[in-house]
Amino acid sequence: MDFSYTEEQQMLQQSIGKFISQDYDWDSRQAVSKSAAGFSAEHWQLFAELGWLSIPFKEGDGGFGGSAVDLIVAMQEFGKGLLVEPFLANTVLAGTVISEAGSSEQKAALLAPLMEGSLQLAFAYAEPQSRYELANVQCSAVIKGDEIILNGHKSVVLNGAAAEKILVSVRTSGESCDREGISVIWVDAGMQGVRRECYASVDGQRAADIWFDDVTLPASNLLGNAGEAIDVIEMTIDRAALAVSAEAVGAMEMSLMKTVEYSKIRKQFKVTLSSFQALQHRMANMFIELAQAKSILLMAAMEMDSQKGNAPKALSAAKSRIGKAARLVGEESIQIHGGIGVTDELDVGHYFKRLTAIQFLFGSTDYHTARFAAG
Amino acid sequence: MNIDFSPQELAFQEEVSAFLATELPDDIRDKAANSIELTKDDFVTWQKILAKKGWAATNWPVEFGGTGWTPTQKYIFDNECAKVGAPEVMAFGLKMVAPIIYTYGNDEQKQRFLPDILASNVWWCQGYSEPNAGSDLASLKTTAMRDGDDYVVNGTKTWTTLGQHADWIFCLVRTGAADVKNQNAISFLLINMKTPGIKISPIYLLDGSPEVNEVHFDNVRVPAENLIGEEGKGWTYAKVLLTHERTNIAGVAKSKKRLQDLKEKATQTSDGLSGANAMLSDNAAWQQKIAELEIELLALEYTELKTLAEVSTGKAPGPESSILKIKGTEIQQSIDMLNVELAGYYALPFVRDQFTEGFEGVAIGPDQAAGSAPTYFNNRKATIYGGSNEIQTNIICKAVLGL
Repeated sequence: MDFSYTEEQQMLQQSIGKFISQDYDWDSRQAVSKSAAGFSAEHWQLFAELGWLSIPFKEGDGGFGGSAVDLIVAMQEFGKGLLVEPFLANTVLAGTVISEAGSSEQKAALLAPLMEGSLQLAFAYAEPQSRYELANVQCSAVIKGDEIILNGHKSVVLNGAAAEKILVSVRTSGESCDREGISVIWVDAGMQGVRRECYASVDGQRAADIWFDDVTLPASNLLGNAGEAIDVIEMTIDRAALAVSAEAVGAMEMSLMKTVEYSKIRKQFKVTLSSFQALQHRMANMFIELAQAKSILLMAAMEMDSQKGNAPKALSAAKSRIGKAARLVGEESIQIHGGIGVTDELDVGHYFKRLTAIQFLFGSTDYHTARFAAG
Repeated sequence: MNIDFSPQELAFQEEVSAFLATELPDDIRDKAANSIELTKDDFVTWQKILAKKGWAATNWPVEFGGTGWTPTQKYIFDNECAKVGAPEVMAFGLKMVAPIIYTYGNDEQKQRFLPDILASNVWWCQGYSEPNAGSDLASLKTTAMRDGDDYVVNGTKTWTTLGQHADWIFCLVRTGAADVKNQNAISFLLINMKTPGIKISPIYLLDGSPEVNEVHFDNVRVPAENLIGEEGKGWTYAKVLLTHERTNIAGVAKSKKRLQDLKEKATQTSDGLSGANAMLSDNAAWQQKIAELEIELLALEYTELKTLAEVSTGKAPGPESSILKIKGTEIQQSIDMLNVELAGYYALPFVRDQFTEGFEGVAIGPDQAAGSAPTYFNNRKATIYGGSNEIQTNIICKAVLGL
């Protein structure tokens, strides 16, 4: 066992950490979040130049290596800055699907420009009735000769507003909730029959609900074999769940730090809040939650990298435990700040919002507790 | 002791229910059912309907136009209102300043202010907290210096809920010399919001709503006749009011309705784990959470009823009001979170206009999901306002346990 980061991982951590602390201060982040696109194209180009958009991919695909530990190193740093650029949706979600299911032609057409920063993608997997069950797919794709006809509604597609191409989980055979018969295809967002309702999400990011109405595609838009995509989808969502768990750890660290700092400044009853033992204990408890979250995150990432088949259960343990910590740290940060904590102006409320959103992305805390119990 | 309603109380329940069925305007009922924010007009319209029936002031003595209801009648009324989604009356006038005026004000003040409060002709807001006086309210710095027949007010009040609609504000101000012990220099002053020198600026909360404000006073001249009671007694008056405020804060009737709605919605939401036909309402973990919350709420309901019964015999609500505040707000926030859980992915979209009147865009997600996360964010305030739950805990430590 070894808990230390490699030299490369340390450099990655420092390089992202430096960007967040120097170029991603709170006012800049808010300006980017409130801009029309919801993220900065300049930042995105910078990420590409620094190689960050290659982090989740294997060396064979032209990536950084693709280890789960690399991913959590990066996501923890992004979490500290509440990054709104679509690293999670574009790079981790869509990128992993292509990397795992795409042919070499498809990787050249989709993954290479993604890593270069010139292509925005999204992965549409959730549906209004599906909640967290990935096999609950009703979006239908009928393959007829060399054409695919796509119909259906995908909900809360992260980066769905900016995406130029959308990867979609579809049912090509079988009944809703069957594990067999699910495929992944890609669609140009501008195609006839594609309708998007774009919106901001509660955490200041962007998403869309997307409807497909008799969209006609070439059969070559299928990624991997027809009807066999569920394993790739599950693996991708688990990766994304690990990524947001790491993001939550970074965000919790900042939220706790800001709360401790504020408690040392804010005076009531002629003394600082930090002098009340009742509040000291609660901040210590937040620290314990954070420590537990960090540990279980490392466990899950190492299990994923060791590829002994324990990854899904380990991931569920991490997502569940980190979700619990995220709720406590987020809520306590607000409570200890008092009234100022519920204002839109202060950053701590936005950490709380992101920590809340993360609890419900890629399976809620309860979902993962149940999945852990089920084995 | 007897848990059952008397025949008279059952008849009263029928009367309230029939009144709500015919008098609650459909558009207000629809808004409540669809999580659309109520406008100032909606509140005023409904309160005027209640006033016409003589039911606006459920906590006032009969001599000033109150209902004179027993605690059981109030309980029945609150529950029936919550069941149909009738708006809760705006507390600032009817429940907060009015009791101070009829208890400590002079006859002239009672005649001048109470009829307009009763008829909802005037919208009141509260000027207590300041940027540096939150939990430590007694350290407030806004001054009111006597100058001839006026007080000259300077300072800043904050967290002024819906102050943007207000015609009048009731304030705690410092009238004594700086060396007088904090609490003994505080007075209770009524100020017309149209007085020159008052500036109001919105504060946006985590749900994006400009629900609260900062109110700035720059040499605002207030007639001395607007002082309630004696100079330097404002703190005593406000403390009594705050204990009343806390008994209102528990929100038991509303929480009961929200829990009921939550159970209903869970029968229409897939649990997302066990296959297409499994509903969240069948999920054992979900059932356990709902049951625990229902049990907690049931205990609180009887704590509230017991407290109200004691108050009706003439006792002031004591430290029990702190229990109501703490448990009531904790339960509200637990329900907020369960609504987010129910929404799942659809907790994420944030289309703020979707909750305001006249929205014509495409609504995202099912009705019950929209607004779940913004409500959860916004309502974190509940454990902070009205004397934070930490302050309530301190009250129990000192006043009850003698620690």
